[in-house]
Amino acid sequence: MIGELGHFALALGCILALAQAVLPLLGAHRHDARLMALASPLAGAQLIAIASAFGALLWAFAVNDTTISNVVLNSHSAKPLIYKFSGAWGNHEGSMVLWVLILALCGGAVAAFGRDLPSALQARVIGILGLIAAGFLGFIIFTSNPFERVWPPPMDGQGLNPLLQDLGLALHPPMLYLGYVGYAVTFAFAVAALLEGRVDAAWGRWVRPWSLAAWSFLTLGIALGSWWAYYELGWGGYWFWDPVENASLLPWLIGAALLHSSIVVEKRESLKIWTVLLAILAFAMSLLGTFLVRSGVLNSVHAFANDPARGVFILGLLMAYVAGALALFAWRAPRLGGTGVFAPISREGGLVLNNLLLCSITAVVLVGTLWPMFADILFGAKISVGAPFFNAATAPLAIPLVAAMAVGPLLAWKRADLAGALQRLWWVGALAVAAAFLTLLIAGYHVWPALGFAAAAWLIAGAAADILDRIAAFRRPSQAWNRARGLPRAAWGGAVAHAGMGVMFAGLAGMGLATDALVELKPGQSTRLAGYEWRLESIRDVQGPNWSSRRATITVLDGGQVVTVLTPEKRFFPVGRMNTTEAAIHTNALRDLYAVLGDERDGGGVVRLHHNPLAPWIWFGAGIMALGGGLSLSDRRIRVSAPSRKAAPAPA
Amino acid sequence: MTRKKRRLYILLLCGLGLGSATALTLTAFQDNLVFFRSPSDIMREAPPANRAFRLGGLVEAGSLERGTGADGKPTANFRVTDGAHVIRVSYAGVLPDLFREGQGVVTLGMMQPDGIFRAREVLARHDETYMPPEVADALKRAGHWNPAQGAAPPPAEWNTAPRRGG
Repeated sequence: MIGELGHFALALGCILALAQAVLPLLGAHRHDARLMALASPLAGAQLIAIASAFGALLWAFAVNDTTISNVVLNSHSAKPLIYKFSGAWGNHEGSMVLWVLILALCGGAVAAFGRDLPSALQARVIGILGLIAAGFLGFIIFTSNPFERVWPPPMDGQGLNPLLQDLGLALHPPMLYLGYVGYAVTFAFAVAALLEGRVDAAWGRWVRPWSLAAWSFLTLGIALGSWWAYYELGWGGYWFWDPVENASLLPWLIGAALLHSSIVVEKRESLKIWTVLLAILAFAMSLLGTFLVRSGVLNSVHAFANDPARGVFILGLLMAYVAGALALFAWRAPRLGGTGVFAPISREGGLVLNNLLLCSITAVVLVGTLWPMFADILFGAKISVGAPFFNAATAPLAIPLVAAMAVGPLLAWKRADLAGALQRLWWVGALAVAAAFLTLLIAGYHVWPALGFAAAAWLIAGAAADILDRIAAFRRPSQAWNRARGLPRAAWGGAVAHAGMGVMFAGLAGMGLATDALVELKPGQSTRLAGYEWRLESIRDVQGPNWSSRRATITVLDGGQVVTVLTPEKRFFPVGRMNTTEAAIHTNALRDLYAVLGDERDGGGVVRLHHNPLAPWIWFGAGIMALGGGLSLSDRRIRVSAPSRKAAPAPA
Repeated sequence: MTRKKRRLYILLLCGLGLGSATALTLTAFQDNLVFFRSPSDIMREAPPANRAFRLGGLVEAGSLERGTGADGKPTANFRVTDGAHVIRVSYAGVLPDLFREGQGVVTLGMMQPDGIFRAREVLARHDETYMPPEVADALKRAGHWNPAQGAAPPPAEWNTAPRRGG
């Protein structure tokens, strides 16, 4: 019964979304205030319908309703409740429902907080959001019904893939979707602006918080996924340039470009056409990511159930939305000419450079990700593009980007003095060079880690220099405190996000110096790695709630002192007959000790041991970047003029 | 600055960005494309030395042995087959959880002069019923499996090829 209600709610949501798409857009076109006024109530009604459907799905998982095939395939009664819930969106159908729920939440937020938007613009934005929702609801209803029944019902479900029974991964999809769907809103604003034929500073003030929120959530989502891969897959790495990882990186890169160019629209009423194009592209990349993950066209570790019909449907949606928006862009964009004029050396110029480099990186990653597919279709060649390609092709673009990241914020709007800015950064540059030399001195000849640490020092100290400059800490130290308090949050947010990027680079550079060892040990034997003594104590059987495992006990000693006891495991889940490797990690924030248990042979076991300097800083840095986004989002100027601060539904 | 001049600058910049992205992509492609080869491909044409490629097929049933490499590291040795030919593989590392004899596998590494493929990575999949598409394709090309006729036959029947050195 609950299942049918959920299915009905989805269908109702689809109809409401269609109405939400057609009526307000028609109203805005005809200047009919009554039709336009329908936008907000329809968005609210659609939100209620989708929320009911999602509630029904959660209920079915919570009570383990085995007459619903989705529950049978992805859940089991002997599973902690939190993973029953996360199982609801840990599969294709359920995650699509979560996707449209977040979209409906965004629509509801535009309806609720957008009252001071021009009514035609608001009606158009909500209408476009309805159009997107209708497409995806149709996709769910026609190809991936989450409430499909099975008869006769089996005794119990088949269990969730044990790799996915994890808190980090329970949060990973919602964060990622908040990001993806946030770009649906900037897309809707871009299309609405094209329909209106007008982009102004007020439009920029609205687009900016949405792109900030989407980018911050996407940052967190990607970081969670990478962290999960690090501790759960037990490969010792954190980023594999897997096609699906790239699929989430593409909208992140374009989103970062959008975030920066919307500042220019807001402050200087320039780069308008470009910003509208970026908003369209950011959503196109989000849709492309969805398509790549769901259709299985790319060979990836992320194996959602692959169904060609779904791929074709999403490809159709992608083509319809993106091609439609681009056609509209080609037709209407020339009307949106900018008014602000600026010199090449200026804050705007710096942001153009930022956009140019970010888009170039995006292009490189996009080509590398899609090329295997095209090579297969066009030449029948089975090839793959791996980490070496992406590292070689993106690094030359990332270096000038990082170099400009510290300089840009010190440039004045309109026309700036580059020599002056560089002069104020001399100590930052000295620190970066010192960091590089120190790395080479301590760790030996490792070029990339040395560059990484130089980038880290450059970015962190550069962010500090930016803040010190703004509060005039050296020129008028007595007023520095007051000026710091008066500094807009957006300025703090930008500096914090740039510094977070620096922290992440420190982590990446540290991982560049990671060492590992693969050894066969018998109980009582030990090995040395990175100055530590690792002693295998025993390998025993352990019983868990829904798994049994072989657990190794490894004592790590430093000069005879016990540092920690690591217990890597190989778990077996009888439901679903799956093995998983549980890596054991001990961190002290400066380095991770990481152990993986391999196969056992004559009384002993093969273990892989890693020493990962600064590894946690990668995710810590991503967290700081997201925090910077949040700080900018809480800026008073954004709050007052564009009361969409609650746009981002749940806090991280 | 006039509008016209600015437009020229922007076009130049875009050209520069596009050009550098293209150049970087092409140079990186030259060195870093990884080709997929089945055991039959390798028998037909010796792969270039010193260049990594991906070898895929089915892990021959009963072929997995534990050994110790020349550098004292524990290795896993197994054979990969596409029904027509067999290649010996040596991997120093922890095999992924979903590695099974008789199932599809994709490995990344280089061919050694002694005819053993030294794998640097053995690729894991999240799903044990999943058959890597390249492997499915290699099996079809070797003429041993038509996916239209159902699942792959049991691996014991695959090992019809004369074994090389093992």
